[in-house]
Amino acid sequence: MDVMKKVPVREQDPAARAKNFKEVCYGYNKEEAMQEAQRCIGCKNAKCIAGCPVSIDIPAFIGKIKTGDIEEAYQEISKYTSLPGVCGRVCPQESQCEGKCIRGIKGEPVSIGKLERFVADSAAASHYSQPAPQPANGHKIAVIGSGPAGLTCAGELAKMGCEVTIFEALHEAGGVLRYGIPEFRLPKVEVVAHEIEKVKDLGVKIETNVIIGKSVTIDELMDEEGYEAVFIGSGAGLPKFMGIPGENANGVFSANEYLTRNNLMKAYLDEYDTPIHSGKKVAVVGGGNVAMDAARTALRLGAEVHIVYRRSEAELPARVEEVHHAKEEGIIFDLLTNPVQIHEDENGWVSGLECVRMELGEPDESGRRRPQTVEGSNFILDVDTVIMSLGTSPNPLISSTTEGLDVNKWKCIVADEEHGKTTKEGVYAGGDAVTGAATVILAMGAGKQAAKAIYDYVTEK
Amino acid sequence: MYTILERRKLADQIYLMVVHAPRVAKACKPGQFVIVKMDEEGERIPLTICDYDRSAGTVTIVFQVVGASTERMAGLYGEDTFMDFVGPLGCPSELVEEDLDTLKKKKILFVAGGVGTAPVYPQVKWMHQQGIDVDVVIGAKNHEMLILEDEMRQVAGRLYVCTDDGSYGTPGMVTTVIEELADKGTKYDVCVAIGPMIMMKFVCLLTKELEIPTIVSMNPIMVDGTGMCGACRLQVGDEVKFACVDGPEFDGHLVDFDQAMKRQQMYKTEEGRAVLRVREGATHHGGCGHCGGDH
Repeated sequence: MDVMKKVPVREQDPAARAKNFKEVCYGYNKEEAMQEAQRCIGCKNAKCIAGCPVSIDIPAFIGKIKTGDIEEAYQEISKYTSLPGVCGRVCPQESQCEGKCIRGIKGEPVSIGKLERFVADSAAASHYSQPAPQPANGHKIAVIGSGPAGLTCAGELAKMGCEVTIFEALHEAGGVLRYGIPEFRLPKVEVVAHEIEKVKDLGVKIETNVIIGKSVTIDELMDEEGYEAVFIGSGAGLPKFMGIPGENANGVFSANEYLTRNNLMKAYLDEYDTPIHSGKKVAVVGGGNVAMDAARTALRLGAEVHIVYRRSEAELPARVEEVHHAKEEGIIFDLLTNPVQIHEDENGWVSGLECVRMELGEPDESGRRRPQTVEGSNFILDVDTVIMSLGTSPNPLISSTTEGLDVNKWKCIVADEEHGKTTKEGVYAGGDAVTGAATVILAMGAGKQAAKAIYDYVTEK
Repeated sequence: MYTILERRKLADQIYLMVVHAPRVAKACKPGQFVIVKMDEEGERIPLTICDYDRSAGTVTIVFQVVGASTERMAGLYGEDTFMDFVGPLGCPSELVEEDLDTLKKKKILFVAGGVGTAPVYPQVKWMHQQGIDVDVVIGAKNHEMLILEDEMRQVAGRLYVCTDDGSYGTPGMVTTVIEELADKGTKYDVCVAIGPMIMMKFVCLLTKELEIPTIVSMNPIMVDGTGMCGACRLQVGDEVKFACVDGPEFDGHLVDFDQAMKRQQMYKTEEGRAVLRVREGATHHGGCGHCGGDH
């Protein structure tokens, strides 16, 4: 065994997985996990902990794996997070815990994410119990949104003894974990539903089909339904479009729509009623994780898929692992390419995506080299379906119906970074609703910090 | 779970259901809609609210069988349940939000086509409750397909009924009646037209000519109904609007109906396949390999 390298993780063969929705990565077994755990040198001043938005004591849980005490490793992780199976799969470890790992200086960092996932999966398989919450303290809190921020905030408050109800607009809990991230990256029953059940086991109630701002307002929750504080974790759900001609043609979708049909509504399964237009030749515009998810979904539905991105590979915002998996599966990358128009046939269906070539100029304010159009380089990409994956912004349904809740010019809720305190008394917010589209783990971190601030608020007031 | 308290067949393929959904009943206003989902495998189906009873906690919906999902829904009876029933969605009708005194001075015409009579009813009823008599035109394919006539008669000022085949009321389309009213010199300050897109298109062409500002209620393809998916986007003037959050009501003279009608066809084939699946069982799964699948 090469101690400088991670114990390789087993994955489904690319050719096979390109045709199914089963999970790509199989994860470690106990033997592999224990072997990988040995690579952790258990730093006293562990940098990895500082790299984790929910501050999991990483050396402590890995220490338990080293000795084969997986249940204890789970208890250790559970002190900090209710969603280890989710985080172990979708966190950008390379820029967080693993990015800080001392092992990473000369070799590969310890595979912290895969170890976390192993512990979570073992806990699910063996029904390990989680630490019991504090006795009920009688404080009643409402949490809006059951995505990573809301689930974490609710779970933390429940652990502290609060009576928490989550209000979810869709018919199933999980937010982006449910509608956004596909099954092949994050299994819905085994991981998402299971970890939501664990949050419910802490005493958290989840009321689905309630749209705050429409079904009931925040003021009504506080004045009429007796909630002392509210946490808003409603995410960044609104899709962006490019504003180019032809964008309303049939066969042009937001990544949100495409993924929601497939993931939440399970359009890929025969027994479900919701249709999806999978397309035969699909262009996915954008280069983030959501673009990779949409592309790999279209591929699995049987399409030839192109990623169309205006910068070069180095600037792709998606995780390296996702790009790598996408390439392995046969996604075609049309880089330095920018759409200018969508052509449609006489029935209003997409008949091609007109693009221009780009070249990289001087760095812009983001530090990335600014893409510039190569004049006269127009060409038509032969596709019948276009999926726009250009990012999302927060939904104004809540902010527009809640007096005293300030938003900034991007419609993000104004909240202080440390506590999530908004401009409205007793109302806290965190996750994408505050930051704009970011990651699952950052939302969890915000939910956790807000939980502490909310607890202090309701107990001190 | 949301219990169906009453289920009535209003006409061939058109059904009314009263559903227990207290949160929706408490918050909804005329013009808004709900999304229903029958069971685990069901689609999310947007339906305009036809009536509500806040004290009983009930909401009335009316739907027409147009595909596999609504066909399955028609098979539900009183005491059955919807797994999901969410709302109210969209903005309330522009008129009910308006200043009452201003509203009372207006001469208003409501035009309802087919199953679109259902969403017109709560608006006319609301007007009646505020002491405002409005004129209503209902158009149906034939006498059998006419719905909510008695209910409407009780709340409308004057009610005009027409049928395409002339089997009841004035023979012809709703536009025929509007033209007749205009010819008689009736002046309207505003028109609200709700029905099939093709009807709304032609009503708008006419009212534009007659210079009557016209509000239409759009019911395009939707998934979540909260602004998340963008499936319901419409070209309205030089802007792209999401019917679910910006609407469902829009200035009918600005809506690009031709595009909206094309967009509504998007899942026709998929939906058609789903109907076959319901009717003929497992033999039509996923296309036969000859039809080429999508479109």
